[in-house]
Amino acid sequence: MSGLYVIVAGAGKVGWNLTRELINKGHEVTVIDSDRRRYLSVEQELEHSVQYGDATELWVLERAGIQRADLVVAVTGDDEDNLLICQVAKEKYLCERIIARVNNPRNLVHFELLGIEPVVSATDLILRLIEHEVPRYGMIHLLDLPQERLEIIEMIVSEGAPAAGRRVADVTLPDGALVISLLRDGRGYVPKGDTVVKAGDEVLVVLDPGLEEDITRWFVKTDGLPVSGHDVARG
Amino acid sequence: MFVLIVGSGRVGSSVATTALRAGHIASVLDQDPLSHERLDVELGRSWEESGGRFTIGTALEMDALMEAGIAEADVFIACTRGDNTNLVVSQVAQRRFGVPKVIARVLDPRRAAWYAEQGVHTICGTAIAIQQLEEAAFGST
Repeated sequence: MSGLYVIVAGAGKVGWNLTRELINKGHEVTVIDSDRRRYLSVEQELEHSVQYGDATELWVLERAGIQRADLVVAVTGDDEDNLLICQVAKEKYLCERIIARVNNPRNLVHFELLGIEPVVSATDLILRLIEHEVPRYGMIHLLDLPQERLEIIEMIVSEGAPAAGRRVADVTLPDGALVISLLRDGRGYVPKGDTVVKAGDEVLVVLDPGLEEDITRWFVKTDGLPVSGHDVARG
Repeated sequence: MFVLIVGSGRVGSSVATTALRAGHIASVLDQDPLSHERLDVELGRSWEESGGRFTIGTALEMDALMEAGIAEADVFIACTRGDNTNLVVSQVAQRRFGVPKVIARVLDPRRAAWYAEQGVHTICGTAIAIQQLEEAAFGST
């Protein structure tokens, strides 16, 4: 991937650093900012690679050469601006690749609605890291495919959990969930129906989003009993 | 009709009071609680007393839009000071909520023209001003 022409909208911390890195990798970049003072400081370093103007104005994008851009990256601090820049780049100027920054994760729905993807949200990335480091219910998200509506989670079977000591076939997970792997003593197994789950095993479960709680109830000891299915004897 | 107006500036507040006076249900959404005063002044008494609805929140906040009644709206008017906000939120009203009539105020003539081609009903005050100025200055009549 060399020799792309990239337009970056917004020369804030993200836009400025991104532009520098892209230039260092040999790409041609124009970064646009509508704040005059910001423009002047960035211009000291990046010179002709920065342009002054409102990147949501079509003539500004055209002046920056959007017609020949291979990639448009919208990283201003305003989600509506990023949305609009990407929408115009994609639908008016038929730019093949766009990347949008989402400042407020609650605005993600609007990006989805208008078909703007991929999006990058720093808040979401950090949240995800926190979930990895501090797993809720002792559960870690290994893979999220929101488009495909599929997730893979990992849990360690706790002592006294309903599933501990049961055959996989008897762990009646809700529809849309399946145990795909057991890790025991550093080895992974693909379980069969008669494989017995033990406390301390790491289990990988593939599931439809939203089923996490029903599933963790089986593998992580809680005060309540699993709600799905028949009687679960303890102890 | 249920008219939802996002942005209670000079344009929004005026359209809102007109809607209310005409007997429509009028709901206004603005992030600034003080913008409420403009509505009161237009009517000579308080907006709520006159039967108007007012919600504090930003245009892109889904919760605020719901609270302001976007799901029931027959007419949706976006006239915040931000062109991009207006263009995004009117597409949300159109595509997500299926509001029958959606109008966006857009100050930049080129953006207004392109989005109009894409099926967003835009009103461009700048284009109207330019046209009237040119007529006043160079018009034959």
